Amino acid sequence: MGNGFDSALGLTARRGPLAVLVKLVVYGLLIVVFAGPLLALMVGAFTKVPDPTSLFSAGGFTLENFTRAVDRGVLGYLANSFLVVGGGLLLQIAVSISAAYSLARKRFPLMKLVFLLVLSTMMLPEEVLAIPLSLVLSEVDLTGTLLGMIIPVGAWAFSILVMTEFMKEIPVELEEAARLDGAGDLRVFWSVVLPLCRPALGVIGIFGFTMIWDQYLLPLLVATDAQQFTLPLALRTLRSDEEVGVGVLLAAALLALLPSVLAFIAMQRQFMRGLTSGAVKG
Amino acid sequence: MQATGSGATATAVRPGRRAGQPALPPAPAPRRRRRFDLSGALSPWLFLAPALAIFALFKFWPMAQAVQMSLHEVRPYLGDRWVGLDNYAQVFVDEDFLAAIGHTVVLAVGQTGGSILLGMALALLLEGSAKHLWVVRTAVFLPTVVAMAVVAEVWRIMYYPAPDGAVNSVLGWLGFGPSQFLNSEDTSLWSVMAVGIWRGAPYDMMIFLAGLAGVDRNLYEAAAVDGASVWRRLWHVTVPALRPVFAILFTLAAIRGLRVFTEIFLLTNGGPNGSTEVMMTLIYKLGLERGELGIAAAGSILLLGATVLLTLLVRLARARAERKVA
Repeated sequence: MGNGFDSALGLTARRGPLAVLVKLVVYGLLIVVFAGPLLALMVGAFTKVPDPTSLFSAGGFTLENFTRAVDRGVLGYLANSFLVVGGGLLLQIAVSISAAYSLARKRFPLMKLVFLLVLSTMMLPEEVLAIPLSLVLSEVDLTGTLLGMIIPVGAWAFSILVMTEFMKEIPVELEEAARLDGAGDLRVFWSVVLPLCRPALGVIGIFGFTMIWDQYLLPLLVATDAQQFTLPLALRTLRSDEEVGVGVLLAAALLALLPSVLAFIAMQRQFMRGLTSGAVKG
Repeated sequence: MQATGSGATATAVRPGRRAGQPALPPAPAPRRRRRFDLSGALSPWLFLAPALAIFALFKFWPMAQAVQMSLHEVRPYLGDRWVGLDNYAQVFVDEDFLAAIGHTVVLAVGQTGGSILLGMALALLLEGSAKHLWVVRTAVFLPTVVAMAVVAEVWRIMYYPAPDGAVNSVLGWLGFGPSQFLNSEDTSLWSVMAVGIWRGAPYDMMIFLAGLAGVDRNLYEAAAVDGASVWRRLWHVTVPALRPVFAILFTLAAIRGLRVFTEIFLLTNGGPNGSTEVMMTLIYKLGLERGELGIAAAGSILLLGATVLLTLLVRLARARAERKVA
């Protein structure tokens, strides 16, 4: 600390008044540039904003934007979003743990191939598969249902790989002890391996949440009418509605922003852990 | 995985004891228990089944269909007609497609490069363990966790092309003229790119920070003792140590860069006058709005091929670089 060697530029060591001033200006500028637009959104959601130019000059606190957003069915869209993220996340976590248990703990023929298949799905995002995916979705009768937005995100290579890496670190001896006590596979999985995975659950939980909340193309392909819209999808409709106005759009956007930001702030440590560990896996 | 790894060993002690507790019935009736044991050859597959089923249905099956469709003229109700590689040929002569490929590449290169450079600058500026730095980092990181749909709506408003729009006001104070941003063919692609960098740089910053944390502090000290300037130290100590980070970021960029869709769809939807049309928005329009499924599929397969090729190239470069170091 403070010896000038705790960071690459050694900025922390510079304590002169001029250096402090420059640093303050730089930090302030960075906050304005990166968090400013989001802050403007928040302020705009609570003020009368007749058009985009009055984002900063508007005055007067009001909740009217929210009440009008509710009139436009925003709560329904929000409920859809929560159902999709809730269901999708539960499924994704269950599927990841289950698959990871196999990949980390079992030796079986074709294991390398399975691993490769899981990895390869990282190169097959919804975007690239959009057209055939929409056909498959309608073949299996998932278009027009929230399930159609939930099941496809149930398996995510990132979660499976993070979980697999984590499970490999759990000592095998614990499992063997339980097996000697006569516990079967499911029992070992449920009462020995699962409780040990809690820290990793936090990582895949927060990443899964952000990933599903950010989904756009999949809900777009699945939804057949506004009733199934998630909140991110609904924003576009609200924008093109002449009667709605900027304030209402901002109120809805704020509702779409808050859950992911709150989740991030609550689970920041796990998020950072996943960012570095998951990224290494490519 | 280091952090999580140590977490495992730290918590391993507790349930270990639990497993030893007599809660599980001891040996007397092992045979009955074994009936419920899945540890046979089938067991790994049962645990993998849900994941593989979902991947098969929503990843591999659509991919197979894309290949199939790309070789046919897709005619609903009439049956598909085999056209060989015609769809692919068409992609390469179609002016819209060629323009879209160009925009995609410009956007991917610009966003990747911009995010990496700005991300590294941010990481260097905000490195350190002080609490106030943590606060600034968190604020800077926020764009990354916000859904793209929200980001797009915010920037549409920020970019409002009137002279008193938000960004134009700032430009005005600095003495630059008002810009049309998303509304003009000359500026639209750059405006979209700026949003991509705004959202991508903080992500790269965090990965750089993780890399910076791993740099040997003694090297900094040694460089200082040798009288090296900060810049020389940065160039000769820090940058080489960050090589793995660059490799990671290029790999991620290779996978993500070419498939941009949501931001374009929401910011400009390819306009004005096609100036921001990228592969994915064009494929979406061809496939879902104009019913040109075969050509859309061919475009998708080409996009996929480019992604795979890029990923392999980055891997190869990475392996070669590692061999050189070793």
